[in-house]
Amino acid sequence: MATFGNLSDRLAETFKNLRTKGKLSASDVDGTVREIRRALLDADVSLDVVKQFTGQVRERALGDEVNKALNPAQQVVQIVNEELIAILGGQQRRLQFAKNPPTVIMLAGLQGAGKTTLAGKLAKHLAKDGHTPLLVASDLQRPNAVNQLQVVGSQAGVPVFAPEPGNGVGDPVKVAKAGVAEARRALHDVVIIDTAGRLGVDAEMMKQASNIRKATDPDEVLFVIDAMIGQDAVTTAKAFQEGVDFTGVVLSKLDGDARGGAALSVASVTGRPIIFASTGEGLDDFEPFHPDRMASRILDLGDILTLIEQAQQAFDEEEALKVAEKFATDQFTLNDFLGQMQQLRGAGSIKKMLGMLPGAGGMKQQLENFDEREIVRTEAIIQSMTPAERENTKLLNGSRRLRIAKGSGMTVTDVNQLVQRFEQAAKMMKTVARGGVPQIPGMGPIPGAGGYGGGKRQAAKNKKKSGGSRSGNPAKRAAENEAIASGATQAGQGRAPSGSGFGLGAGTGPKNAPTEEELASLQKLLGR
Amino acid sequence: MAERASWSLGAALRGVFGAKTIDDDTWDDLESALIRADFGPAVTEEIVAQIRAQVERFKTTDPKDVQRMLREVVEERLAKYDPTLKLTERPAVVLVVGVNGVGKTTTIGKFARFLRSYDRSVVVGAADTFRAAAVDQLATWAERAGVGIVRPEREGQDPASVAFQTVDKAKQDGTEIVIIDTAGRLHTKDGLMDELGKIRRVVEKQAPISEVLLVLDATTGQNGLAQAEAFIQHGGVTGLVLTKLDGSAKGGFVLAVQEKTGLPIKLIGQGEGIGDLTGFTPHVFAQKLVG
Repeated sequence: MATFGNLSDRLAETFKNLRTKGKLSASDVDGTVREIRRALLDADVSLDVVKQFTGQVRERALGDEVNKALNPAQQVVQIVNEELIAILGGQQRRLQFAKNPPTVIMLAGLQGAGKTTLAGKLAKHLAKDGHTPLLVASDLQRPNAVNQLQVVGSQAGVPVFAPEPGNGVGDPVKVAKAGVAEARRALHDVVIIDTAGRLGVDAEMMKQASNIRKATDPDEVLFVIDAMIGQDAVTTAKAFQEGVDFTGVVLSKLDGDARGGAALSVASVTGRPIIFASTGEGLDDFEPFHPDRMASRILDLGDILTLIEQAQQAFDEEEALKVAEKFATDQFTLNDFLGQMQQLRGAGSIKKMLGMLPGAGGMKQQLENFDEREIVRTEAIIQSMTPAERENTKLLNGSRRLRIAKGSGMTVTDVNQLVQRFEQAAKMMKTVARGGVPQIPGMGPIPGAGGYGGGKRQAAKNKKKSGGSRSGNPAKRAAENEAIASGATQAGQGRAPSGSGFGLGAGTGPKNAPTEEELASLQKLLGR
Repeated sequence: MAERASWSLGAALRGVFGAKTIDDDTWDDLESALIRADFGPAVTEEIVAQIRAQVERFKTTDPKDVQRMLREVVEERLAKYDPTLKLTERPAVVLVVGVNGVGKTTTIGKFARFLRSYDRSVVVGAADTFRAAAVDQLATWAERAGVGIVRPEREGQDPASVAFQTVDKAKQDGTEIVIIDTAGRLHTKDGLMDELGKIRRVVEKQAPISEVLLVLDATTGQNGLAQAEAFIQHGGVTGLVLTKLDGSAKGGFVLAVQEKTGLPIKLIGQGEGIGDLTGFTPHVFAQKLVG
């Protein structure tokens, strides 16, 4: 799904102001909430839903639950996103099939919402899954809707039941009923009933839809709604809920650039889940609906939220505190180092996480080159050590190193490098943990030590380096090793109010597209 | 036919205009009502500010005045542009464009009838060769309206060539007005938008295009503006048609579209019947909208 700029830019602008502050004041929150309100209205979310939504966001943003590991911008982003997903239905739902076939699916919606096209798509989709759908032409209103369904049906390779020519001739209720009977006779396990488009205010037509429903007793009634619809979405959805009581929603024309705020309104007002999204004119342009993706689309936040969440989950704060203590008391061992690394890996594929950062698209190639197994190798080396060796690296003499190298399938040089890196890192962390600022050649200010700036990028680099540098250049290697250390340090400070949940959180405001400089340095590191 | 009452903002504003005096609630309610009618946050703010200023200047406390001012403001904004259709060329070629499902084909059927009622000879061209059965749909409308139709010679024919043939036929037969249906296209699909440019160029070889009408669905939200901008860029739109006004949507976004693009609304559609299309009159529209 595509994402669109306007809203993102505007929120990013607001958040930029927030990002320089450590705490949210009531007026900060009000300003942000106003922007969000406008943004949602521009995205065609219904006014009542917007009011309710912004009220909740405001309350939560001012509340105490605010996560200390994140900076204000992310506090708000996260709250907004959680609320959005909550309304959109949290989980995706699948079609409910009848215990005794045929499963009857009825389509309803306004004129031009895309019902007939959707009927074809749905039929094709079901046929692919091994079902034998039958399309029933109950739209006898619009000129040549029956023909259209027949064409669509033949394109999808699905039979169409069309006893009436349409164009105002025939009774749609009878056709629907006969269609279900026909399916039973010819052993089709799914029946899809295409109905005429109707307006919510048209009592007579709503009655007809309700009659079709009564006559066929469908297992699913899908309400097809155009993603481009405006404030009227609520009125229409309510009218259809009262009229035919649909069980699910299909959002059509999502391939346009409408933000689809209607999805939010409809889900919120009717409480019915959105099941499918229709994304083009081809019969295959059809997919299950993902609430989380839609939330991102409405607010255009990319997958950044996933990233924040993953980082938070991956790094629990208790652990961080323990590690910080260990730094300070000089007890940081290879065991802890290993633990840190495993936490990182718990965050999921690093490549994937990097790919989710906004603006990372351009770095695809570098991402491809990055070897994730590096971390695995480092892990293997540490795990080939005895517990005593992990506690105290000084034990490691030549023969132990050889054993470790053999055990992990690496060379003695690799083991030496790791140990050396670890010792340097531990030493430096100690300095930091005691409050000093270590001198790191070529790295610039240390992330986490000096506020929010650049946290994300740095963290990204740090993570990669966890695998350890294999650089032949001792100075570069040292710098890179220290980068690992600083990553860990930052993690250790995660609980400090100015810090971030392991460095990742700090910069993850939506505006954080990488600067040229950051990109350049990242490329250098990746291309090593 | 559906009841028309719900089309007006009247119900939403009854509370505002029925109140005893003008207070903060008045403005909140007014703002809500305008947003609900899809005016969009920007235009809504402008209108509310404008009326607020007027209320202050005239020192009125009667909500009835607010109603009158709102009507005037809306009318004034709508009346800035000339809604007259220019069909003086012979043949006058009208191209009808829009996104999928806004009611282009239906509008053409009604428009053809509308022109017939003024005793103009009309031919329609079925250049929507993409959507299944679109040609048949148009043919049915043409028959109802009692006008001629030019169909594609074969399935999937280039829409530009159908348009060309239609104009060609009109010239030979001396038909006064040519209406060309095009396939619905989302304004984000560049390939399809380019196709529209091609139709234009090809038709212009035969005769100048008098009007390019962009059909907008009244239920559309703020995306309507993006649609209009894209179609102006690729299709050289000269006027807007607002359809589906018989529903509960109020189409307030056209105000923003009109102002941002400078395009007048020329026709409005209010139903599926063949007579449900009228010319656009700012005064009547504002009157109906505000109540």
